[in-house]
Amino acid sequence: MKIRLLALLLCLLTCLPVLSGCHGSRGLDPFVAPESFDTTRTYEITFWAKNDTNKTQTAIYHRAIEEFEALYPNITVNLRLYTNYGNIYNDVITNIATGTTPNVCITYPDHIATYLSGANTVVPLDELMTDAAYGLGGSEVRFDSPTVDEIIPKFLEECAFGGAHYALPYMRSTEACYINQTYVEALGFTLPDVLTWDFIFEVSRAAMAQDDEGNFLVNGQKVLIPFIYKSTDNMMIQLLRQTGAGYSTAAGDVLIDNATTRALLFDIADLTADKAFSTFKISGYPANFLNAGQCIFAVDSTAGATWMGSDAPLVDISEESLVEFETAVRSVPQIDPDNPQMISQGPSVCVFNKEDPQEVMAAWLFAQFLLTDEVQIAYAQTEGYVPVTSKAQSDPTYVDYLSRAGEDDDLYYSVKLEATRLLLDNIDRTFVTPVFNGSASLRDAAGQLIEYVTKSVRRGETVDDAYMDSLFAKITSLYRLDQKKSSATGPMELGEMPAESVALLAVLGAIWVLIGAYWFFDRKKQKKLSAKS
Amino acid sequence: MKKILSLVMLFVLALSVVACGDQTGDINAKSEGVMTYAEYAAAALDTEVTIEAYVQAKQSWWEKDGVGVGTFYTQDGDGAYFLYEMPCSKEDFDKMTPGTKIKVTGYKAEWSGEVEIIDATYEIIEGQTYVAEPIDLTAKLGTDELINYQNQLASFKGLTVESISYKDSEWDKDIYLGVSYNGASYSFCVENYLCGPDTDVYKAVAALQVGDVIDVEGFAYWYEGINTHITGVSAAE
Repeated sequence: MKIRLLALLLCLLTCLPVLSGCHGSRGLDPFVAPESFDTTRTYEITFWAKNDTNKTQTAIYHRAIEEFEALYPNITVNLRLYTNYGNIYNDVITNIATGTTPNVCITYPDHIATYLSGANTVVPLDELMTDAAYGLGGSEVRFDSPTVDEIIPKFLEECAFGGAHYALPYMRSTEACYINQTYVEALGFTLPDVLTWDFIFEVSRAAMAQDDEGNFLVNGQKVLIPFIYKSTDNMMIQLLRQTGAGYSTAAGDVLIDNATTRALLFDIADLTADKAFSTFKISGYPANFLNAGQCIFAVDSTAGATWMGSDAPLVDISEESLVEFETAVRSVPQIDPDNPQMISQGPSVCVFNKEDPQEVMAAWLFAQFLLTDEVQIAYAQTEGYVPVTSKAQSDPTYVDYLSRAGEDDDLYYSVKLEATRLLLDNIDRTFVTPVFNGSASLRDAAGQLIEYVTKSVRRGETVDDAYMDSLFAKITSLYRLDQKKSSATGPMELGEMPAESVALLAVLGAIWVLIGAYWFFDRKKQKKLSAKS
Repeated sequence: MKKILSLVMLFVLALSVVACGDQTGDINAKSEGVMTYAEYAAAALDTEVTIEAYVQAKQSWWEKDGVGVGTFYTQDGDGAYFLYEMPCSKEDFDKMTPGTKIKVTGYKAEWSGEVEIIDATYEIIEGQTYVAEPIDLTAKLGTDELINYQNQLASFKGLTVESISYKDSEWDKDIYLGVSYNGASYSFCVENYLCGPDTDVYKAVAALQVGDVIDVEGFAYWYEGINTHITGVSAAE
């Protein structure tokens, strides 16, 4: 009898892992803020950050860490640097699987939406932000942190999805068009206050006139690409927004394959056929072409302003290749100049969940420290970035900085300060695209549409309706646009269970019934035997 | 005993010939429909090209949009071809060791002055192998002629170190080496994906001091001018 019971127990124990295994990894428990931060303990946290290959930015991170550690001697912050968001994203994804995510990470909301597919991976910050003691402007915080109300509402809103804030904005930028005004005027045009796509296309085509030896009349060189766009994903996103065409819904429905997108791609194809347009991926950095007098309209981030213009403090081409010209800065080209719309971009900062809530508190305090005036102003000054708090924006140091445009070609470089002004004056005209699990792929796909069309035209391929059909099919497959993922903005709709799963569950149920029946009849049989004896 | 010894030696010799591949044939011999280097050099940008060349070195293999890609420095007897992010399996990537002959079809492109073959397909060709000796391009520095040697394995002698800086990145720890020769400055690079922090050359460049006079070997890569991807460095002879 004992042996049978033992066998039965063993059988049950064997079945248990099978059943629990069906539910997969449980992940971390949701973060619950402790009542107070335990300063008697020591913490070591990691901070993954991005710099724009800009040594000053790296120095600012180091200084921020040093100052934070002086305030909190029990917290050590280890910095790990990246030069692009894509690599941070890839590393975070890899580390979610192994439970070794950083504590604090510079990232984009699109990426956080994917991180959220892991259970409780990223800490929702709403409660922390408003915590009277340790929240923004909290009584127990050892530095002068901004209050929630002092974060520019539009920037904070960009970090909210799925009913919670999963990040704090860190810096904001937009795109700008950096223009060789000297060449525009030499071609007989007057630069408008607000650029339109039509204007850029017209000037770019006019610039293609060459002499008998193949030199372009406008620059006297054999190389000229009048219009170069750095981030073609932004190019397509802004074009679609400005034309009112579909891109995606907030719930993650992909709308990019529409008549307007195709019409825009045909326009881009025509300009490429005239050899008047190219992209960063195809030809190189717009700044290098602009500074060499080989480009007239270079669209890049305001966070790339220090590379733009004859007197740019950062230059990647040889001195003898530099050409003197007047640099103008405008917003990205518009469809409707009376209603300008431009992308809002720039890094945000998220806090990853950990088993130890005290460690999360340490990370939260550091994330909050990045919003202090000193860090915000210092970092914003490295490029055409804008501080994300009204507190920093109205700080006399920052106001003074803005007022000194052109005093030198370094800290007060006029092009950088004009780019900064551009965003400050247009915050209400900026927008972001919906964030959902898969929005990062859709963004990549949007850019690749332009890259493929441009490449194909350059290679002499026919770009017609059949080409477009094939292109959209390819992009849809490559970026899995037809596989709607779980949205970060609501509960996941799983749909019907697959037949295989139903069959497996049925078999497992049957096994349990058989085990139960065996146990029942065996017990009955034993009772009978006992009664007989 | 002598006969046995001779036999063994013969056997070992035969084995070594097999292991080294055949380096005795015409390294510039091309299959039907394949361009010579001169034809490749003359081809317009954005046109389809088909070349045959020998792998000299490669950068790290990685996956891009779910497809494995490898970046290769290749050469024949007349010139060099840079194969940027050529789709290939990890297995084939490992097979393409220095000397391996490959046939490549792709598009000729130019990025920031670097002429390369992109969107390529390839075929490994067994038999003939070739590993290039570095060509001394010191005298070509600062001349218009230098670009004709783009991507070739080259040596530069008697350069003075002007600056050393690192790219601040976890993934991409390139070292930028500023050097001067005959009063002109040049930017060379230890490309992390070609010679990473664990390699001797990376450590040797990291240990250089401003003012050191050095000899450099590397591939004559281009980024807005010569931007040699360093594979060897030593004190100037």
